[in-house]
Amino acid sequence: MKNLASFAICVLLASCGASADKVTVKIDGSSTVFPITEAVAVEFQREHKDVRVTIGVSGTGGGFKKFCVGDTDINDASRMIKDKEIKKAKEHGVGFIEMPIAYDGLSVVINKDNNFVDFLTVEELSKIWKVGSQVRTWKDVRSTWPDVEMKLFGPGVDSGTFDYFTEVINGKPGACRSDFTMSEDDNVLVRGIAGDKNALGFFGYAYYVENRDSLRVVPIDNGAGPITPTMETINKGTYAPLSRPIFIYVSEAESDRTEVKNFVHFYLDHAPELVKAVGYVPLPDSVYVRDRKRFDDKVTGRATTGG
Amino acid sequence: MSWLDTANLNLRKRRRRALYFKSICSLFTWSCFVLLAVLLVHVGHKGVGLIDVDFLRNAPSWRPEDCGIWPAIAGSLWMMGLTALISIPCGVSAALYLEEFAPKNRWAHLIDVNISNLAGVPSIVYGILGATVFVRFLALEQSVLAGSLTMSLLVLPVIIIASREAIRAVPSTIRHAALALGATPWQTVVHHVLPTALAGILTGVILALSRAIGETAPLITIGAVAYISDAPAGPMDSFTVLPLQIYSWTTKAQSEFQDLAAGGIVALLVFLVIMNGIAVWIRHRAEGNAN
Repeated sequence: MKNLASFAICVLLASCGASADKVTVKIDGSSTVFPITEAVAVEFQREHKDVRVTIGVSGTGGGFKKFCVGDTDINDASRMIKDKEIKKAKEHGVGFIEMPIAYDGLSVVINKDNNFVDFLTVEELSKIWKVGSQVRTWKDVRSTWPDVEMKLFGPGVDSGTFDYFTEVINGKPGACRSDFTMSEDDNVLVRGIAGDKNALGFFGYAYYVENRDSLRVVPIDNGAGPITPTMETINKGTYAPLSRPIFIYVSEAESDRTEVKNFVHFYLDHAPELVKAVGYVPLPDSVYVRDRKRFDDKVTGRATTGG
Repeated sequence: MSWLDTANLNLRKRRRRALYFKSICSLFTWSCFVLLAVLLVHVGHKGVGLIDVDFLRNAPSWRPEDCGIWPAIAGSLWMMGLTALISIPCGVSAALYLEEFAPKNRWAHLIDVNISNLAGVPSIVYGILGATVFVRFLALEQSVLAGSLTMSLLVLPVIIIASREAIRAVPSTIRHAALALGATPWQTVVHHVLPTALAGILTGVILALSRAIGETAPLITIGAVAYISDAPAGPMDSFTVLPLQIYSWTTKAQSEFQDLAAGGIVALLVFLVIMNGIAVWIRHRAEGNAN
């Protein structure tokens, strides 16, 4: 008994030290935005050794729950703030500055060995994914395709990715058939689709880029001909409607603190290169300039409709 | 056929059945072992090469080659230490009270049933409880202390149940002898019951703490962070833990991070082995003292 207690105390003492009087920038939110914010935080702390940045991954909604009551300084969000969340923020006197910081191109992917799918139209996607969809085989989607069963994969219903996809494809966030394999971990989806010849699924562009060898991306036709997601088509907005902006929300009250201000400036200055480095698509430069002006002028409320 | 032949036939049948049963048991035992070996080799093969001084000393990064695991190791150490400090005294006292002092009435029975049920509650529920009570209500924020308190709740039922088993196994003749020689109940417990039960109690404690060290879900709920650049400086600091760091790496797109996750898993395994090693050592000593 005594031994164990003294062991525990030793452990505590051993892990003491370092970082006592650092100021902290507290961030939480979407796991989709996490890699970008992490990259910015790492680079930022190289230059500002007296600041500590912490980043949680409670998800966009979970993050807003903390942000809207003033627990965090910045929220990573893979969708825009909802009316309900704005109301909550107002109740707690939290003002927010919304800043789009990158694009994510939701990629619809199939197995490498699938050789009959050339492209999909938005209508066909909706036919596959809508609530109560009758699509069971590839033939149900297009009559010239083979009569083999289709296996569907998608992100979990709590993710911003799922909300966005269902909104633009099925017309309402969250409206979707439920008989598909879902996982919060995109790598699980990648493995599932890579291992099943008849699979179809969707997830963020970065995961497609890293797994080009085992997956094939499907060009999407929104009326102007099939477009393949690439850095360029996503950045220019021609890969529609599946390119979506992702955001950071900065608390207005906290934006006066030097470390928060420095961090946001650093974020916007280095976003183009760092966003690309972690596999996402940078916004046009003008958007970062506009972001910065909004931040410096403390323009609160919703920023944009899109990028 | 005489009755002797029938008996012999029966005996042979029964022996054969016993043999089947034995083979099946050993088959399962060995397949567990093979699974563990496959896991260790697979993870070790990918992960061991990654572990060097920099990996143990650095903070995580977006560049895989710069990545390290120090904040997670320190966070896990902090959390284990605090959890042990909180849960062991509480758990062992509760077990002692229930076994040695509490009247055996309906209330005791109710508490009994509740503790057993609590041991089976999914860990995420404790996370939600911790987020409400410790993080919000007690305003401990997303600190190591809040995490440790949550973890203590999670492991308490296991510690209590294991300690009670150990205390119950102490022969009542020892108690009777102590009491007969004029020891107070307190002296009986401290000088005789507890030392005799110590080995069993420690086994339960280590099992419970080993469970706590691998938990991720409740800590995400109470707000343990996925990225932090240094070790916690005190119990009120933000923190991350090894399993959370590993999870964060496995969900990244770049395959280099999957390898880092393997390195993290090896670190976690080493951690567990050290903890268990210390437990075995303490147990050994305790058993030596008791005899």
